[in-house]
Amino acid sequence: MSEKTHTGEWNENQFYLEDDHHPEGSTMLGFWLYLMSDCLIFAVLFATHAVLGRNYAAGPSPADLFDLPLVAINTAMLLLSSITYGFAMLQMERNAKMETIFWLGVTGLFGLTFLGLELYEFYHLIQEGAGPGRSAFLSSFFTLVGTHGLHVTFGIIWLVTMMVQVKMHGLIPENRRRLMCLSMFWHFLDVIWIGVFSFVYLMGVLG
Amino acid sequence: MSPQPKAPAHEAAANTHHGHSHGHDAGHGTLKGYVIGFVLSVILTAIPFWLVMADVFDSKALTGFLVMALCVVQIVVHMVYFLHMNPRSEGGWTMMALIFTLIIVGIALSGSLWVMHHLNTNMMPMTHEMMKNMP
Repeated sequence: MSEKTHTGEWNENQFYLEDDHHPEGSTMLGFWLYLMSDCLIFAVLFATHAVLGRNYAAGPSPADLFDLPLVAINTAMLLLSSITYGFAMLQMERNAKMETIFWLGVTGLFGLTFLGLELYEFYHLIQEGAGPGRSAFLSSFFTLVGTHGLHVTFGIIWLVTMMVQVKMHGLIPENRRRLMCLSMFWHFLDVIWIGVFSFVYLMGVLG
Repeated sequence: MSPQPKAPAHEAAANTHHGHSHGHDAGHGTLKGYVIGFVLSVILTAIPFWLVMADVFDSKALTGFLVMALCVVQIVVHMVYFLHMNPRSEGGWTMMALIFTLIIVGIALSGSLWVMHHLNTNMMPMTHEMMKNMP
């Protein structure tokens, strides 16, 4: 494209292409659209849980199974990881490379703790005989919470990738763009978790 | 969306915003914004856990309603302070996409619940014999 502008013959036809095309902005909008489609996946899983959440098949109910203090700690982990990611973005604004990597690392540790506690909870449930095959309630529970956990897993992989990228190439525009996408992804997962702990755990225990 | 004569004004406004935020549209937060969002989230998380764990109200319906209401408020807090949503970003298109998604989510959730509720109520009642022969 730039070659054509140098020859000059294409200039008259080339309205606004140079000025109005914002690759950064469109990436953000595109990523937002992806998040909205992800939101639909979770909406369908929430709907499934809403329909099946009371079908215990004479098995354990949420009040028997869920350990609310553990869920509260889990929620705190995800919330803390959200604000530390915010700190990483603020350091990125200041062009502080090592501080950005540091806060990304802290975010990753909180994310790993969250994931570890969730896996512990799943393991515990399956040990008690309340695995995904026990009842429709547990199937929908494991699908919904597991899908969220899978998203967090991929978020952590992305996070580690970005730490390496920033370390190797610094805070170049490409890395800034990727970090902003990851920022939206990470905060979005926290938003989904608000729905999970309110609707699945608290409403479930409430009965 | 906006009528034609207003377009240049909108363009100018977008440009000034653009220059201010160093070429990144999805405006970054400030330390103050993140801290406010965090404190609000902690409060909005602590209240529903407290309501359920300490059995504050006798009425389950009231507790459930409060839990869901606080959930919605906290989601809005996250959207504003962490995701930096505002009606102007990307010329309003992120907000349009959000509204569209919310409508679809509303249809999917209420539709599923409505249909499945009626399916359950209108299901032929099971006799004792049928129950015994269940797989």
